[in-house]
Amino acid sequence: MSQFPTIDRQEYNITAYTENQVGLLNRIAIIFSRRKINIESLNTSPSEIEGIHRFNIVITETEEVVSKLARQIEKQVEVLKVYYNTNADVIWQEMALYKVPTDVIAEKASVERLLRENGARAVVIRKDYTVFETTGHREETDNLIKVLQPYGLIEFVRSARIAIIKASDGFNHKLREFERREPSEDVSENEFLNSRDAVFTM
Amino acid sequence: MLTNEPTTALAEPETTVSAAPAATEETAPAPNSTGATAVLNILLAEGVDTIFGYPGGAIIPIYDALYDFKEQLNHVLVRHEQGGIHAAQGYARASGRVGVVFATSGPGATNLVTGLADALIDSTPLVCITGQVFAHLLGTDAFQETDIINITTPVTKWNYQVTKAEEIPEALAKAFYIARSGRPGPVLIDITKNAQQQAFHFASYAPCTHIRSYRPVPIVRPEYLREAAALINQARRPFVLWGQGVVLGAAEREFKAFIEKSGIPAAWTILGAGALPTDHPLNVGMLGMHGNYGPNVLTNECDVLIAIGMRFDDRVTGRLDKYARQAKVIHLDIDPTEIDKNVAATVPVWGDCRETLPLLTALVEPKTHPEWHQRFRDHMAEEVAAVINDELFPTGEELTMGEVIQQLNELTQGEAIIVTDVGQHQMVACRYARFNHTRSNITSGGLGTMGFALPAAIGAKFGAPQRPVVAIIGDGGVQMTIQELGTIMQTGVDVKIIILNNRFLGMVRQWQELFHTRRYSFVDIQSPDYVTVASGYRIPGQRVEAREELQPALQKMLAHPGSFLLDIMVAKENNIFPMVPQGCSVAEIRLK
Repeated sequence: MSQFPTIDRQEYNITAYTENQVGLLNRIAIIFSRRKINIESLNTSPSEIEGIHRFNIVITETEEVVSKLARQIEKQVEVLKVYYNTNADVIWQEMALYKVPTDVIAEKASVERLLRENGARAVVIRKDYTVFETTGHREETDNLIKVLQPYGLIEFVRSARIAIIKASDGFNHKLREFERREPSEDVSENEFLNSRDAVFTM
Repeated sequence: MLTNEPTTALAEPETTVSAAPAATEETAPAPNSTGATAVLNILLAEGVDTIFGYPGGAIIPIYDALYDFKEQLNHVLVRHEQGGIHAAQGYARASGRVGVVFATSGPGATNLVTGLADALIDSTPLVCITGQVFAHLLGTDAFQETDIINITTPVTKWNYQVTKAEEIPEALAKAFYIARSGRPGPVLIDITKNAQQQAFHFASYAPCTHIRSYRPVPIVRPEYLREAAALINQARRPFVLWGQGVVLGAAEREFKAFIEKSGIPAAWTILGAGALPTDHPLNVGMLGMHGNYGPNVLTNECDVLIAIGMRFDDRVTGRLDKYARQAKVIHLDIDPTEIDKNVAATVPVWGDCRETLPLLTALVEPKTHPEWHQRFRDHMAEEVAAVINDELFPTGEELTMGEVIQQLNELTQGEAIIVTDVGQHQMVACRYARFNHTRSNITSGGLGTMGFALPAAIGAKFGAPQRPVVAIIGDGGVQMTIQELGTIMQTGVDVKIIILNNRFLGMVRQWQELFHTRRYSFVDIQSPDYVTVASGYRIPGQRVEAREELQPALQKMLAHPGSFLLDIMVAKENNIFPMVPQGCSVAEIRLK
């Protein structure tokens, strides 16, 4: 029924630039839950612009649905601008922590090798346990769980995803694309972002 | 005051805290107002003259301050907060101004939820102020504490909780700005009791004109207007659909100029009704499930569809994948979220239609499309023969809803504000009522809120006191908010009430008849004697059962100086036709 080609659902990275306001997280979250869509990952952080926060949200959906969600988020009073990208368009990372008994690691050289191969770094070393950290894609952090499971993995946690767009002129390009379908000229914010093009690449 | 433009002049602040002696330069300015008094002064500064409300524990400080504002602010004491918010909606829809509601915390606030949802989906500007428990009690399950901010987040355009008096000016300034700007909507401001009581220094009030993250009106893009005009100029069967956006944008004149120059037949959604007079030659009728035959059928034959300030609701489009597939779609809307939401736009023209329509009018060629108009007239003739004649001029013994509206039209000549509830009577009233003026058809469109009409009619009369207001309500809906007869009694507001009484929940019964093998499951609702009920509220009334009583009763009602109720017994099992059955395309509209 629409101009969007019928494609399979895939992971999309939604980036929303917002003011920092109590209750906004809920206002954004219910736009997904209203359509019974599960948020797979959500991260909020400051952006490079003073007073402006950014949400990184990951969902698995079709582009048609994602584009409508993006607009409905952007419609909220305290949201400046919303973009969405496939995984191919972004550089993304997730961080994971693993708690493993120290004696096992000390005894088994093979563990040390596996940790090295998986790019893990020790964050805390105590007599009873050691905490390792890795940063990477989902498969990489998942893989280390499997690796450490036989050695008595005590606790595992993974962070939300953070993502930055790949294209260096991405912001301007994206903006033009949005202007085709989106109305606002984004007066002050875009000028600000454009002037920082070298730093800010989305 | 006709406009809702905020004025910067503050009324004499009603200071409840005596000014402290002159402070030294280092100390903060002395408090000169409580939060509660500031709220009322800000309402005056925003041009508010009427508040619909109901007091309670957590909003007592505001009501205490209101005691001293009786001369400047007309507070209408309703009988239930839902009645209050529907009244504010009626006020806003009739006047074009922001409706204001007061309610207390807990149940007072939760009773607003239906009205907020209704106002959000029908784009009605409201500012609702709720009391809240003391800030130090938030989250403790205090008496009458409820998390109204989170409850109302999905049904407000914006909401905010104030916990300190100093926040009040900015919060309310934003509330009014957000409620009335762009696509209007309801805003809720929750004010804790301590913030209402707190004395603070209220220097001056500046209405809000800008929010960093908020662009209420999109910038007009001339290239799309040129593309749209090119499509219109090449079109052989262009068709305009207009909605409430024309009314909300106060663009009735610009809209009329556009269709008169382009000669394009135009049909309306129920919230758009009246933006163009009913008898205007280019007005071809109503869209949607119970709309007119021609506009529905010809939606699937037009070559260019021009949607103006409407959102392609599913009750308008029927089955989407069979909706206007042949047409190029030009969509004018102030809300970018609506573009491509349901129907993909060939050319999106975002912007305030009061701004975009004149630009478009300048680019379109004058045309008349006589053959295309004839198609609409032919379909109308078919509908008149199959449906309308029997409805408006029935020969059977039983009264029809349509003939009541027809008789009312004769007497009011299209000058009245018609407020309808939800159901069969609503569809009949919207189809057959004559409107000479904009802001004359007030109904619950998107949400379909039964119980809307009686309180909304009260509000409409306060919003447009110079106009006659007639509420048309079913025997189901009237029982949902019938307590507002008490508001009529106490305020003496002049609202004419017509109950189209078919002793059924008629629309559900119609569906049960047509689609559920006449299994009439819990639709045989009983009514009290409405004339007796009204008389208990000192409202005169009359029951009408026979055709010869109808016209005299309507005349008596309209001539009566004050509210009057007519309980009109209409046929029990009439169905509303035409009808686009659910899951069917608009072209499959049934005449019987």
